[in-house]
Amino acid sequence: MSTETAPPPPAVAPAEPSTFRKALRQKRFTVGLTITLLVVGFVIFAPYFAPYGESEVVGPPYSKDGFLGTDYLGHDVLTRVMYGGKEILIIAVFGTILGMALGTAIGVIAAYAGGWWDEVIMRFNDVVLAFPQILLALLVLTAIEQPSAWILILLVGVSHAPRVARLARGVALGIVSRDFVIAAEALGEKRSRVILAEVLPNMNAPLLAEGGLRLTFSIGLVGSLGFLGFSTDLGAANWGQMIQENRLGLSTQPWAVLAPVLMIAIFCIGTNLMADGIAQVAQRGEN
Amino acid sequence: MTATTHDTAAERVPTGGLVVEDLGVTLTGRDVDIVDDIDLVLKPGEVVGLVGESGSGKTTVGTSLLGYARAGALISSGKVLIEGRDVLKMPWKEVREVRGEEIAYVPQDPASALNPAIRIGKQIVELLALRDIGTTESRMQGARDGLAEVGLPNDDEFLSRYPHQLSGGQVQRVALAMAFLPKPKVLVLDEPTTGLDVTTQAMVLETMAQLCRTYGVSALYVTHDLAVVANIADRVAVMYAGEIVELGPKESMFRQPSHPYTRALLDSIPHLSQARALTGIPGRTPAPGARPHGCRFHDRCAFVVDACKESVPELRPFATDHEVRCIRAEEIGTWDMSRGTVPDADPDKQREVILSVEGLNVFYGRKRVVYDVSFDLAAAEVVALVGESGSGKTTISRSVGGLHKDWTGTISFEGDALAKSARQRSAVNRKRLQYIFQNPYLSLNPRLTVEQIVKRPMELFGIASGKKATDRVIDLLDQVALGPRMLKYEANRLSGGERQRVAIARALAAEPDVLICDEITSALDVSVQGSIVALLEGLRRERGISMLFVTHNLALVRSIAARVEILQAGRVVEAGSVVTVMETPREEYTRQLLSKSPSID
Repeated sequence: MSTETAPPPPAVAPAEPSTFRKALRQKRFTVGLTITLLVVGFVIFAPYFAPYGESEVVGPPYSKDGFLGTDYLGHDVLTRVMYGGKEILIIAVFGTILGMALGTAIGVIAAYAGGWWDEVIMRFNDVVLAFPQILLALLVLTAIEQPSAWILILLVGVSHAPRVARLARGVALGIVSRDFVIAAEALGEKRSRVILAEVLPNMNAPLLAEGGLRLTFSIGLVGSLGFLGFSTDLGAANWGQMIQENRLGLSTQPWAVLAPVLMIAIFCIGTNLMADGIAQVAQRGEN
Repeated sequence: MTATTHDTAAERVPTGGLVVEDLGVTLTGRDVDIVDDIDLVLKPGEVVGLVGESGSGKTTVGTSLLGYARAGALISSGKVLIEGRDVLKMPWKEVREVRGEEIAYVPQDPASALNPAIRIGKQIVELLALRDIGTTESRMQGARDGLAEVGLPNDDEFLSRYPHQLSGGQVQRVALAMAFLPKPKVLVLDEPTTGLDVTTQAMVLETMAQLCRTYGVSALYVTHDLAVVANIADRVAVMYAGEIVELGPKESMFRQPSHPYTRALLDSIPHLSQARALTGIPGRTPAPGARPHGCRFHDRCAFVVDACKESVPELRPFATDHEVRCIRAEEIGTWDMSRGTVPDADPDKQREVILSVEGLNVFYGRKRVVYDVSFDLAAAEVVALVGESGSGKTTISRSVGGLHKDWTGTISFEGDALAKSARQRSAVNRKRLQYIFQNPYLSLNPRLTVEQIVKRPMELFGIASGKKATDRVIDLLDQVALGPRMLKYEANRLSGGERQRVAIARALAAEPDVLICDEITSALDVSVQGSIVALLEGLRRERGISMLFVTHNLALVRSIAARVEILQAGRVVEAGSVVTVMETPREEYTRQLLSKSPSID
């Protein structure tokens, strides 16, 4: 009866599967993941199978030659589509990663520091937040003649950061007041370790969901910038730019516009479904 | 009183009560029973206490009486008869009428049951309108009468308050008033006093018992607290793993408990009148679907024989009105209430003070919450800080532990004055003073494994690292009665009691001299509390660790502490050795606390 006698091996609840595993059980997430992987695969490998060269003129402009016809300069549209996703993909992905990292850092530090620091950081954040995302990017881009890829990545990242920071701070606020964080404080853990080991691992589900959503926005943002004529190489194929270049021929050769639009749309749907799936898992975890 | 209320009062002739027959609740879609084979009779005017630990299915039984099962569960068999009519067979419209009018329910957390945006008076009037009681003019008066019955003010000022403007006890009494207003025949109370202070609890219980007797209402009082049941119930039903294991009149249940589980529960409860060596029940409550065959308690029972594992024992008569579900009830001897009593801590023992608090004032912003508190703690001694919520007991412990830094005064540890916050203190002081939190569900990082959690203080204070640290973790887990199997588990896979053991192991990993225990058993079941207290007592004796033990439970203080500080509104009102303070309290407040504390002795 006493506690000295060895207790029988307790029946332990099954291990909590990781967010990713839980998400995999969701149709929404798996469909989204499949679509996204297909698009990414297409962007990476399609150029090797393209029927023509990226800037090769294959016929008269807006003709029906080839599978999807030709564009305003007589390039093959299918070839252009096959080549044109690389810039969007790279800038969107790295821009999102940068924005997430920056935003999470700002939000978590603000929540953990609290008080005066929180106030200053978040008010500054609000100032940046007041600019519409695309406006902030345009403001800088108009000053630069030919943006390089890293400037675009930086712009996408910085324009995401304050939005991510808002969310990260909200999530972190609920965690920094929990007893296990206070326990780490009482032990005298370094502040950086408290953030990295105690706070961050408990925010991964909402952050992953936000990341997926931000990726969707990034694709749209980079596409829009391309449409407005901001891309690393004006001669290269770029889905966003293709829409702008070929919009005059919309009635005679709709595929030159529709093909890149569809690619962007499918990509966005894929990443958005993924984000949605993770968000549902994250929400269920909280209940 | 208006004519209408007179009429309804006159109509209420105590009849019927409630009969539960062979009730079973299963998980939807799976053939797994949450509770089964529940037979229970509530006679008119009778209060039946339904006692069980978490996971026993007591709340499921409670809500089943209203024909309700929570999402994911299904009432699969049995009858709930009120005046011969089966609640479970009624069409839902009729059930809606029965709920509230004939069978009322008082939830555990009434604050969440009242609409925070509607004034109290209006909520009660709405209830009366919904139940078609009285006329538009008389309903406001009805609300006033209802509030008067539960001892609340009923002037316009009170009626126009919002729920958040009431105290916890007042909200609970409003909930009681609302349950009683439609004059139900049966009342189901689901742990209505959990989370209330002892004085408020005593008041609510008194009100409830009085109303039940006046109106001949039968009540099912669902609780985990045997001591409360001992104070208010006429009969007691003890549940374990979805079954009633023992059922009988209160006197007979506490004089001769016959089921080993009931006895184990009683053994784990501290008494007000005498210190006891508390014991827990080994193992943990099986979840639905994982319950053992045969007698469900057999794998944790001290009296188990092979026959127990073979078939499910029937609930059978043992004495007059006293039934038990154990095949060996006659063979296991009699039970003695004074079992396990030990001498109180010696008040005249030599004390070697290691921690002293002098003139402590604590603030939250501009608000002062602790006034000039002084006490000290000697080596291998347990000092209890006792008080109701808002008395500042936790605030004091947090200031001592360096978790709250807005204080003035001196806290010195072996002569060194301690800095205000843990970060400003030296590593040695941080190491020697360890804090254990109230809620083990919040105090362990759910993402880390038990090994990582317990190892961290050793690495941080340079006590051990690598393989040596892992060995020490296994050692510590063994000391807190957890196996090495736990090492790789994440904290969220453990039960509450196991988590609290891990939290204790983490504190011990730093090799502390003082443990600050902030209500560390209040979130746990009594049997788990018993084993945790036994563990702490062992640590104190073997390692000479001192403890500052914060609690609101005076009976627990008697069993664990040597000295006690009684706190009221941020001031120490009485202090001294436990025996002196509890046997011969000088202050009115202490006497009041003692008399209101529920206890089984």
